Amino acid sequence: MKNEWPLWEVFIRSQHGLAHRHVGSLHAPDAAMAINNARDVYTRRNEGTSIWVVKAVDITASDPDDKQALFDPAQSKVYRHPTFFPMPDEVKGL
Amino acid sequence: MYAQMVDTGSPDNQALDAREARFQQRIDDGIRIEPQDWMPERYRKTLIRQISQHAHSEIVGQLPEGNWITRAPSLKRKAILLAKVQDEAGHGLYLYSAAETLGISRDQMVDDLHTGKAKYSSIFNYPTLTWADVGAIGWLVDGSAIMNQIPLCRCSYGPYARAMIRVCKEEAFHMRQGYDLMLALCRGTPAQKAMAQDALNRWWWPSLMMFGPPDGDSVHSAQSQAWKIKLFTNDELRQKMVDQTVPQAEYLGLTIPDADLKWNAERGHYDYGAIDWDEFYAVVKGNGPCNRERLDTRRQAWDDGAWFREALVAHADKQAQREHARAA
Amino acid sequence: MNTARHDYLLRFGDNALILSQRLAEWCGKGPALEEDMALTNTALDLLGQARLWLSLAAEQAGDGADEDTLAYLRDDRAFRNVLLVEQPNGSYASTLARQFLFDAWSSLALRRLLVSSDAAIAAIAEKAVKEVGYHLRRSSDLMVRLGDGTERSHALLQAALDQVWPYHHELFTGDAVDTEMTAAGIGFDPASLRDDWLAYVREVLAEATLSLPKDSGWRPKGGKQGLHSEHLSKLLAEMQVLPRSHPGARW
Repeated sequence: MKNEWPLWEVFIRSQHGLAHRHVGSLHAPDAAMAINNARDVYTRRNEGTSIWVVKAVDITASDPDDKQALFDPAQSKVYRHPTFFPMPDEVKGL
Repeated sequence: MYAQMVDTGSPDNQALDAREARFQQRIDDGIRIEPQDWMPERYRKTLIRQISQHAHSEIVGQLPEGNWITRAPSLKRKAILLAKVQDEAGHGLYLYSAAETLGISRDQMVDDLHTGKAKYSSIFNYPTLTWADVGAIGWLVDGSAIMNQIPLCRCSYGPYARAMIRVCKEEAFHMRQGYDLMLALCRGTPAQKAMAQDALNRWWWPSLMMFGPPDGDSVHSAQSQAWKIKLFTNDELRQKMVDQTVPQAEYLGLTIPDADLKWNAERGHYDYGAIDWDEFYAVVKGNGPCNRERLDTRRQAWDDGAWFREALVAHADKQAQREHARAA
Repeated sequence: MNTARHDYLLRFGDNALILSQRLAEWCGKGPALEEDMALTNTALDLLGQARLWLSLAAEQAGDGADEDTLAYLRDDRAFRNVLLVEQPNGSYASTLARQFLFDAWSSLALRRLLVSSDAAIAAIAEKAVKEVGYHLRRSSDLMVRLGDGTERSHALLQAALDQVWPYHHELFTGDAVDTEMTAAGIGFDPASLRDDWLAYVREVLAEATLSLPKDSGWRPKGGKQGLHSEHLSKLLAEMQVLPRSHPGARW
């Protein structure tokens, strides 16, 4: 519809030291108001110490049809995980 | 429930094509469907109907309780109610956002509500006549809603499930708030207790109707269950609500207005009397006590706010142009 | 009992309570979902502030009073809020213009109270000043955006501003209570806030392309002393209906 406020994705950092996490979306006429609205919508219960907003249309997402090509190859790399290297119980500090 | 009688579209008579079979397999395997994934058009449309109906219910649902904000009898109760009605707005917002991922705009959904094309829960077309109604809504209506919403946190569509997780986190205690309000009335003066009983008398049956028609009449249930966007049947949830509520009413010293209500040891459930489905369908069709008022209020708020929404867009455009000019 | 201090607490408490009550009337009917939630946050903040002020006033009265007896069992002549906050909401533009003028005053007033010699008052101001800082940021921002929005929004905002403008004078008009509180180091001289307030309002209005309303010579006042407009007793009739019709009941 004409004149609808654009959609923004909202990311909140809950505590210092943690990464911003996607919490939801909202509508706002511009970035500054998106921040204000995010404060009023998504931090009512003390959820945040920092807010990021990104216009939803500006997000580039991977194509779901590429899922196998993108992510399946990682499944065969077991040596990238710590459990791949069993250690003798009696050796400490590893 | 907040989404009643959601049409799932006409099932294809042709055998499911391979893509749809793969889609169903993913759901059966418990893999969430995400916005960019391929999905059958009927799944997408059904979800839009269900999620937007749920969102509209939250938004229209602000009105009956909102009716008592300015008359809340203590400052503490006023703060609780104001925050709660605001929470409903938030829930509407989360749900609209989830529906938007399916390719419909919020304005379009709002328009569908205002033209009567989209529905919202029948329960909000009943009036809140006394302060006790605010308690009854929290206790019975939110209590019923949460029963349906918790399973939806595991539904097949990712954005819907995530919205429900957020809603449930905020809503779980609304029922307690309502019960706490009823408790204060039932421990109060005879007039207060009478107010509580009167509210239960008026809200009991509409609360049971809220789960939607009996399973036998619920034509779209099977498809929705296969898609995992409906996880329990209407009658299952209704029975659960009755079983949960009877002892709570007893504790309050209130009488549930159903002469046929009794414990059935064999079934391990309460039996309850016949529901007046004519009343339910009348309300769904628009002839409940408050259908017209509720929609008129929403339409008027929307129309009155048009200048505000347009002006903020105009200002943002001007600012963007100014920045552009400065940069050039 | 120091009746001046009691009155003083009621003035801050009643301003917050009555304005919160007015804002709460919008809940569920705002012009956009996000805006509805934001305005309700302001209403909730003000309600919280009102409870702190009224509880402190009740504590001082010590006659079994509490925040609720003060909110629900006083008649309009015992309310001490300024006329500005009891004015009906009107359009959303009027609500915003009223809010902007009040926030700008409140933010300055609370900053003065931060250094009050009365520790309990300073403590409330400390909490409230942060909330009001955000309210002011929001109402100023909206004045600018809507003033400099469409022709229609500009006209609506200007008309709303002109309409509520005369009520700002009362915010800066002192009386014997103010004098006594100022002398005791508890409060401040209301007139001393005027220049800063006007400078700020001027700056925002300029950015909003709105004109500062002309002084018509009409300067309604009396709220601080309990002489209100017709609107307050109606507001109270609604707000107080339950405790009044069920004397002694607990909710």
